[in-house]
Amino acid sequence: MILKRLFQSTIGKKIIMALTGVLLFGFVIVHMLGNWQVFSGAEALNDYAHLIQSKAIVLWGFRLALLGIVGLHLWAAITLTLANRAAAPEKYAESKALGTTWASRSMTLSGVIVLGFIIFHILHFTVRSIPGSPDYFQLNEKGYHDVYAMVVHAFQNPILVGIYVIGVGLLSLHLSHGLQSMFRSLGWSDRRYLPLQINFARVFAGFIFVGMSAVPLAIFFQLKQF
Amino acid sequence: MNFKLKVWRQADQNSSGSFETYEAKNVNANQSFMEVLDVVNDDLTKEGKEPIAFDHDCREGICGTCSCVINGEPHGPEDKVTSCQVYMRSFQDGETITVEPFRAKPFPILKDLITDRSAFDKIIQAGGFISVNTGQAPEANALPIGRETAELAFDAAHCIGCGACVAACKNSSAMLFVSAKVTHLGLLPQGQPERNRRALKMVDVMDAQGFGGCTNTGACEAVCPKGIPVEFISRLNRDYLTASLMERPESE
Repeated sequence: MILKRLFQSTIGKKIIMALTGVLLFGFVIVHMLGNWQVFSGAEALNDYAHLIQSKAIVLWGFRLALLGIVGLHLWAAITLTLANRAAAPEKYAESKALGTTWASRSMTLSGVIVLGFIIFHILHFTVRSIPGSPDYFQLNEKGYHDVYAMVVHAFQNPILVGIYVIGVGLLSLHLSHGLQSMFRSLGWSDRRYLPLQINFARVFAGFIFVGMSAVPLAIFFQLKQF
Repeated sequence: MNFKLKVWRQADQNSSGSFETYEAKNVNANQSFMEVLDVVNDDLTKEGKEPIAFDHDCREGICGTCSCVINGEPHGPEDKVTSCQVYMRSFQDGETITVEPFRAKPFPILKDLITDRSAFDKIIQAGGFISVNTGQAPEANALPIGRETAELAFDAAHCIGCGACVAACKNSSAMLFVSAKVTHLGLLPQGQPERNRRALKMVDVMDAQGFGGCTNTGACEAVCPKGIPVEFISRLNRDYLTASLMERPESE
């Protein structure tokens, strides 16, 4: 019964959206901590990359789980958005965006752009099929993929830096609403917690933007010897 | 004061509507918006034209019947009042005031500014009640209710079911309305026996009536004439989740 309700009702789909959102937020944090290894030098990043890639079963288990979570998040988003649009087919001649933020009204737009960015990112650094990228299959002296050289080379290109900064910018915008909305969808919010949750969302969205864009920007502007 | 009223005119549910502009001259600043509509309608009637159809009843902000969107805001520019409590002093002299009906798929336009909001009645019929045995009224103090609980339940009970929350929501979601009813009855001891069933049934009917889902933008709270807070939506989500977990198959 609970599964039927989760997958069929509007509230149930929002609960799925929130639960998958929490997991994806956790992944973003871990991903960001991993990215920071680049500041500790080539060996730190390459060892870290080797560690997470070395066990095929763990790697592919993780990738499939992530794909499933993204799939559920997308499914809930698409079905709810279609239902929401069908419920409000006629626009007002004049309307005021009372009590709302641009981020909250544009979750579909920011979500679609972030999805496009994630696909680009996987094609770029994982599949390595973006035209113009060099062959990154170099191995370092330990026989590990030289991820460090790949990243440092990529972020010499201002267009790529721009794509990544805009991509994580929209991810942060998405999170600035999503991270507060998830508490409410899961039923954990009242007048004591709501201001805290709004601040939590804004602080973490800002933190992720700074933390994620730090890598391409620091490399491009040579803020450190890379 | 003088105004131009740009009003949505639609002959019936199956016609397509359009805006017509009317002049309202020598208006007293302390006249209510609906009195101005009455005056404009008098003129239209004298000219042999069809008067503007609009919903109104108590004209003191407690019945939830009036339902215009005035200058892009359900119930107009004033905070926490209904359309009938909007006064002309809230507008600039010479202004063109746009008046539209609530626009939402579950609230079809019947004529001009009048919408059919019986979808809300169907939600109430599904669970917006408590069942009590007949007989003598019980002693009022026999059921102690804490002051904070009573106040919160009363905050929720303020909902007049006008539908402004649906009108303001980009998804035409009825979550604020349903959450007010579920919170109001779910907080009080008399509402406990049907609490789980109420949450499930009301949400089932809300979905079936074609209202959209909640994206937590907060537009509903901003326009609610009774200041129903979005925190009740969280409470509804919580009650719905709990009720789903505890739900038994129909046959038991």
